[in-house]
Amino acid sequence: MTDTQQHYSSSVRGLHWLMAFLLFSQIFIGATMVARVDSYAILIVLHKALGLILLGLVCLRLGARLITTAPALPSSMPQWQRGAAHGLHGLLYLLMLAQPLCGWLMLSAAGQPLTFWGWVVPSLISADSGLYVLLRALHGLLAYLLFALVLLHVGAALVHGLIRRDGVLERMLKAAPSESK
Amino acid sequence: MQTSLTPRARAGRYLGIGALLGSTALALVWAAHGFNSSQASPQQITDQFERNAGFQPGFRRNHSKGLCVTGYFEAQGEASIYSTAALFQAGQTPVIGRFAIGGSNPQAADDSVPIRSLALQFNLANGEQWRTAMNSNAVFPVASPQSFYEQLQASQPDPKTGKPDPARLKDFFDSHPETAAFRAWLKGFTPSSSWANTHYYGLNAFVLVQEQGQRQAVRWSLVPEQPYEPLAAVQRDNPNTLSHDLEQRLQQGPLRWQLRLTLAQLEDPTHDATQAWPADRPQITAGLVVLEHSQPQATGPCRDINYDPLVLPKGIEGSDDPLLSARSAVYATALYRRLQENHSTTGALQHD
Repeated sequence: MTDTQQHYSSSVRGLHWLMAFLLFSQIFIGATMVARVDSYAILIVLHKALGLILLGLVCLRLGARLITTAPALPSSMPQWQRGAAHGLHGLLYLLMLAQPLCGWLMLSAAGQPLTFWGWVVPSLISADSGLYVLLRALHGLLAYLLFALVLLHVGAALVHGLIRRDGVLERMLKAAPSESK
Repeated sequence: MQTSLTPRARAGRYLGIGALLGSTALALVWAAHGFNSSQASPQQITDQFERNAGFQPGFRRNHSKGLCVTGYFEAQGEASIYSTAALFQAGQTPVIGRFAIGGSNPQAADDSVPIRSLALQFNLANGEQWRTAMNSNAVFPVASPQSFYEQLQASQPDPKTGKPDPARLKDFFDSHPETAAFRAWLKGFTPSSSWANTHYYGLNAFVLVQEQGQRQAVRWSLVPEQPYEPLAAVQRDNPNTLSHDLEQRLQQGPLRWQLRLTLAQLEDPTHDATQAWPADRPQITAGLVVLEHSQPQATGPCRDINYDPLVLPKGIEGSDDPLLSARSAVYATALYRRLQENHSTTGALQHD
């Protein structure tokens, strides 16, 4: 029982680390593909597939997060820091949901078909080039915002794990502090 | 609760965390610059188009002058032996196309540009699309995106004369012997009187994929059913002779092209658009492209379409030709710029 109080459930932890890896890859793929002529074709196929996978995973994760209990933050943390932590987590969930949806909407607005392993994914909206321009700009903006928030999240986790050593990082690791890198 | 760190260790750990975050952020900046590739980026290639014809907001960055057409593709079913693509099954698929002349100047006279093009988007019933952008030249001047960029740079008009520097162009062609076949075409051809009696070539190789996964490399072309006539001297007086001619012809009735697929042998290069395949390669006729109506490009249905050659239905795939990825990348960059212009106040093709 105490274990579930100190750590996130294994489903939430599994999804967190899988998504962490995929999301990092995705942001780097997205940034690289728009700058290169040689790997654009292969990277954009990968980017669209990963986007849909990440959208599916974030839905699962939100579900898992809602039906399991999240471990409490230590009482040593000041009130404003807990508020900031919750706010940051909320924003991360929001952006992880909004960014793939933005990409999907953007392709729909461009009139570009989206396929996933040969399956035709339906358009969310009808083609509209004005909306495409907005969504394309938003997709780039959200990518950098999401990346900045992820860095903030990683930084905060490492401060908890390496400097304060208050068990916050271990909620997602389920490991002794010495095993965290 | 824990053994506290010495101030020194604490500072060291803060520094380590900061270094990790900083280097990750730098890595992303590096990625966004294509990992400092020595190759031109899609942005640089698009910029070069803008330099060559002057900035023409709202217009396509290349093949800027043209018009929209609509019609359908009537498949005869023969190509369905080689590809699972639904549009090759006997039946009709609606098409949105665009005729154009090459080059980045939307005010160019129609007879001033040797290259003509026809781009098509086939809208399949299942929501898939096939987009292809074809040229009147059967081979492309260069094989690699970087050579193409260098060709664009060599073609940049000299501000003094308003024309490309002949010495610079000569240097380029001398150092790029792969352009020989294209230059031979350029020298030898006599322009036809119409977009309607022009033969269009898909340039790059693609791969047809069968149900069992069997693959056949192909190139495609559109063979006009309208008989060839040379461009008449009087047509040269009208800078818009091709669009006027096309509109007149469409008032008489639809225009037709056979979609011809050339089947490669194993030894035929699929990665090199400068090399034609031997003339004896078997060809099949996949069907008929029938164009019925035309619309101005500022208001027609082709206006916002990016004729990206890698938008392909299941059953057709890109080959190993490096130009395909580059076309896809540059077209996407150019489309975004053009649409931004058209949805701000600067674009020339603004809709009401």
